Amino acid sequence: MSKAILYDATLCIGCKQCENACAQQNDLPYDDKVAAETVQSEHKYTVVLTNNDKFMRRLCMHCEEPACASVCPVGALHKTAEGPVVYDVFKCIGCRYCMVACAFSQPKYEWGKLNPRVRKCIMCPDRVKQGRPTACAEACPTGATKFGNREELIAEAKDRLRQNPANYIPHVYGLTEVGGTSVLLLSSVPFESYGLPAPATLGDTPMPDYTFRVLSKIPDFVPLWALVLGGVYWITHRREAVALAETAENGRQQGGTK
Amino acid sequence: MKIKLTFWKVIFCFVMLNGLYATYVRFFHGIGAVSNMSDKFPWGIWIGFDVLCGVMLAAGAFIVTGAVYLLNIERLHAIARPAVLTAFLGYVLVIVGLMYDLGRPWYIWHQMIYMNPHSVMFEVGFCVMFYTTVLMFEFSTVVLERFNLQKPLKVVRACLIPLVIMGIVLSTLHQSSLGTVFLIMPTKLHPFWYSPALPFFFFISAVAVGLAMTIFESTLSSRAFGRHLEASVIVELGGVLYVTLWVYALLRFEDFFHRGQLGNILRPGYEAYFLWVELLLALIIPLTIMSFRKARLNPHLLYLASCSTLLGFITNRLNVGLTGFETWAGHHYYPKWTEASITAMIVALGFFIFAMAVKYLPIFEDEHHGLPQAVHVETMGVPQSAHQPTLVH
Repeated sequence: MSKAILYDATLCIGCKQCENACAQQNDLPYDDKVAAETVQSEHKYTVVLTNNDKFMRRLCMHCEEPACASVCPVGALHKTAEGPVVYDVFKCIGCRYCMVACAFSQPKYEWGKLNPRVRKCIMCPDRVKQGRPTACAEACPTGATKFGNREELIAEAKDRLRQNPANYIPHVYGLTEVGGTSVLLLSSVPFESYGLPAPATLGDTPMPDYTFRVLSKIPDFVPLWALVLGGVYWITHRREAVALAETAENGRQQGGTK
Repeated sequence: MKIKLTFWKVIFCFVMLNGLYATYVRFFHGIGAVSNMSDKFPWGIWIGFDVLCGVMLAAGAFIVTGAVYLLNIERLHAIARPAVLTAFLGYVLVIVGLMYDLGRPWYIWHQMIYMNPHSVMFEVGFCVMFYTTVLMFEFSTVVLERFNLQKPLKVVRACLIPLVIMGIVLSTLHQSSLGTVFLIMPTKLHPFWYSPALPFFFFISAVAVGLAMTIFESTLSSRAFGRHLEASVIVELGGVLYVTLWVYALLRFEDFFHRGQLGNILRPGYEAYFLWVELLLALIIPLTIMSFRKARLNPHLLYLASCSTLLGFITNRLNVGLTGFETWAGHHYYPKWTEASITAMIVALGFFIFAMAVKYLPIFEDEHHGLPQAVHVETMGVPQSAHQPTLVH
């Protein structure tokens, strides 16, 4: 069963323990200066955004069918069976198509390095494999970030919406968005206000489908197109040969009658 | 003439020096230091211009070789070589550009072992790799001829038709696939440019640009190198360009109509201005010029229409690759001067190598079988005497 993270913004107190735990887990620097940064970057995979007294965590959504993994020409990104979308730096050639393709703009880049890597939340794959929660979920003092089986977390999220409808926007963000994600969000204010793409614009179609509709036609198209082009060559040159033969024939006939 | 050459040499040296400095910054201080690319804008002009426009501008070869070798249009034979040279150079320079843009160019060969067939980028990469090889073989006839190597020449000539067919198939694939690259960003790319029909638009515009580029380069080189240029060739290409542009215009209109954008594109706005420039240069100006029968028979006006087409579709590629993302990113991107220096250096290198190739290799063969009714094209007020054909040897 695949794992997931449920983040409930109504339980979040904005303590940023998740940011701190994430930095430690990934050997990243974390001090007051980094804590004050409100954008994700190569050294900050997750961020707690503040909007008045409301909070929202941003992190890689770990799509069920990730656009980043589908566009990577060398397969440096892939979705594991457990749920995390992980990155293999050794394969990466640095084309940054993953960054452009991601609807949530999660992959970040080491722009200042000479052998740069793509950086993003990889959902602590080693921990998850051992059956342990992610560092952020473990560190969360209020249970706002909860780790567990995706199915169970979906049920729990729906339960919370049912029991406290006044507290929430009636939507589990990530349940069906772009075909579903392994990070599920609950909030009391619209998700768009934190820079998340609106559910209506995202749609439920997995992003890779948009490309695959076209890409899947190529194997049929290639032999057909080659055959047509070969046919064109055959016809035009056959015409030439026939014309030549006819002139020769006519010449012979004229010569014969004279 | 001599002063002019020196002037261009000075410009060339300046562009090269700038480019070399930028190259140093790129490889010793990183992409962040040399460009204005950032997490908000991960692709800049190296993708928008060097790759998208580079590949598009090199489309002439597959159209001209197809017309000459498959459709058997003998008249166009004279422009096949310059077209193949342009394309070969174009693709090599696209790969050079990629070496700057890729974060880890030293691993570009990973493409060949860690293949991901679901990736459009993988498909484009492979097509570009194979097509560059095909172009190399097609172009090798020129080099082999120059050094009179009959045996390998025979081998390549025997494979020419399969090579031409492969070239067209590969071009169809990757020219359209450069549009497919953007299909996965329905939420990010502005609706003026995001369309499910992007692959078709990219392919048809590549055909138009291939034709326009062939007219452009034939006219320019006839002017610069004092060669004969058959007006009939330009007129013929111009006719096909005219039809192609109409097809593109119609499809583009239908696309705007079906996606309910017709009202939006008329409303002034940041994106709308860029779109207007694109449509004006790519469609309205050339189609207006060529709608006059006299203009379709006039190589000067066809040259003008082609220049406009080229600029228009360059704008189109930049719009799809850059402008269309600005609203989503909430960020205005413009290239840093060092970033632009590298693009300028690559373009300058293209012109330089083209000129050198024309000087030392038998690229233009029109002197050998110029048709008696050939019309001399006078260009840019250069006196007739400057056009004295000279054999290259």
